[in-house]
Amino acid sequence: MNHTPSPAPMQAAPPASEGHAGGQQHPIGLYLKVWGYLFVLSTMSYLVDYFHVQGGLRWFLIVTFMVLKAGLIVSIFMHMAWERISLIYAILVPPLCLATLVILMAIESDYTFWTRILFFDRGG
Amino acid sequence: MAQAIETNAAATGTEPQGLGGFAADWSADQEVFRHVHWGKAMMWIFLLSDTFIFSCFLTSYMTMRASATLPWPDPSKVFALTIGGQTIPLILIAIMTFVLISSSGTMAMAVNFGYRRNRRVTAALMGATALLGASFVSMQAFEWHKLIFEEGVRPWTNPMGAPQFGASFFMITGFHGLHVSAGVIMLAIVASKVLRGHYDRRADYSAVEIAGLYWHFVDLVWVFIFAFFYLW
Repeated sequence: MNHTPSPAPMQAAPPASEGHAGGQQHPIGLYLKVWGYLFVLSTMSYLVDYFHVQGGLRWFLIVTFMVLKAGLIVSIFMHMAWERISLIYAILVPPLCLATLVILMAIESDYTFWTRILFFDRGG
Repeated sequence: MAQAIETNAAATGTEPQGLGGFAADWSADQEVFRHVHWGKAMMWIFLLSDTFIFSCFLTSYMTMRASATLPWPDPSKVFALTIGGQTIPLILIAIMTFVLISSSGTMAMAVNFGYRRNRRVTAALMGATALLGASFVSMQAFEWHKLIFEEGVRPWTNPMGAPQFGASFFMITGFHGLHVSAGVIMLAIVASKVLRGHYDRRADYSAVEIAGLYWHFVDLVWVFIFAFFYLW
């Protein structure tokens, strides 16, 4: 752990959170623009279902739109892009260990599925 | 104890070593969250814990869906609505998604106007956010009603295929709906405080931003539910 204070904010954009008293100031247009992007991305993910895109392409499109939407909400709406890097890491790094849970449960569900097929004759 | 004395030594200039040093570094949370309003840091940490709760729900949904031997009901058909004699797939969920995104947009602008000390616009935008949130919950209630009483979906069974569908659906959307409802109440309280000038007296509008963080998180969770549960 190295606590050397970094004098320069790591983001080039507007002065990073200059204390909570003043708060952050960004033009309203930024929020309207992000709102528009979120609408477009949601419409596109709805159209994936509407036009019955199937298989690998469906998987790819849904996840791409989801990640883009989540990124916009967290970085702009929740102001994560202008926070100090220690706060960003404290919040965004821990969820990465969920990948372990997902992998473990994927293996487990595969095992359960084949157990049911082999021993329960397609039962519940 | 010796450990405590060692930790206190940090204040006098002598850096504690070993286990004491480890404890001293990690207990010094003001170093990690410097210049961050305490309420904001706590809200972020609460949201982190909530991330884990929703991730557990979604992971268990993945496990149930992948291990089900009966076919999984097609959400595109289950959540279709017949409007004017035409069946449109997933339309209710699409409308709910747009409503929630719009509420996030108004909330982001409310935070902005809060920091500009614009009392009336902030309260109005927060009110709009709460109204959009309430309409989201109403649509969800309609959806639950339709699934329970018209389609006969139960947590343990349903006529469309894998019985696990009901359990995942009620658990995930129910918990999310509970979050939205709590958010609407919280927004109403903070908005009325804004209107009464409570934050002007303290010259600190952080409460609006903290409420906003929670609200955006609710929208964020819906992004994942929409992708994994409704579109997959």
